Amino acid sequence: MNHDMIGHVYPPSKPFLVTSENISAFVKALGDSNPAYADGTVAPPTFPIVVTMNAMDAAFHDPALQLDYSRLVHSDQKFEYIRPIRVGDELTVSASVEEIKPLGTNEIATFKTDVFSGDELVVTGWSKIVVRGPEA
Amino acid sequence: MTLKISDVSVGQDLPALDLAFTRSDLVAYANASGDQNPIHQDEAFAKSVGLPDVIAHGMLTMGRAIRVVTDWAGDPTAVIDYSVRMTRPVVVPDTAEGSIVSFTGKVSQINDDGTIQVDIGAVFGETKVLGLAKATVRLAQ
Repeated sequence: MNHDMIGHVYPPSKPFLVTSENISAFVKALGDSNPAYADGTVAPPTFPIVVTMNAMDAAFHDPALQLDYSRLVHSDQKFEYIRPIRVGDELTVSASVEEIKPLGTNEIATFKTDVFSGDELVVTGWSKIVVRGPEA
Repeated sequence: MTLKISDVSVGQDLPALDLAFTRSDLVAYANASGDQNPIHQDEAFAKSVGLPDVIAHGMLTMGRAIRVVTDWAGDPTAVIDYSVRMTRPVVVPDTAEGSIVSFTGKVSQINDDGTIQVDIGAVFGETKVLGLAKATVRLAQ
């Protein structure tokens, strides 16, 4: 990967309108019967991945990053919540390259994804990826 | 039921959860999350890239693991941070039973600000599928 991209901030993603259908489909796929989700108004803690993964995919395919997508594994994920995502939120993601460093023959990179609803920061995600080096 | 901070002590075990991961769960998660990577749905493709079989989305495992905390706390919006390392995949055969993952949780710390740290375990057979998994929750006083 191109270490000059450390600190690079990508332009905000296109707005994603959170509907009760989005939330309900996600909750159903998790098989989560918590009554808090029954009316489809509040999203589960890992729901932000729906928008952060898309934003990172755009970054992963940025030729300037020089990342071999076929050798990429998502290794770590973290979220810090300012407030839960709710139905009606219009989410945009600002993705940035926080770290790129070697790990043996592999490289690891951390992408920070700030998720906004309008101007309000609602959750920050960090995704660490491993890009496997050439086979020994 | 909403848990209060007075109900919590360090070292306390949270109720464990055994959850089945089936092929149809992976299809539903792919559609709900937008992650249509064929390693999560197409057995022939998964094997062609060196996997033993179709594997679950790591984010599906993460999404299910937090249920140990949110089922216990009652209110899922009590979670203020959550992190995992996806150490090993959950391999999902094409059977009605699928694969069972066992999720556990333990209160590891009560912070000065009253928030609570829970360490989460996720084991598939003998294999830890999540490492360094932890969440912080803020409960009612």
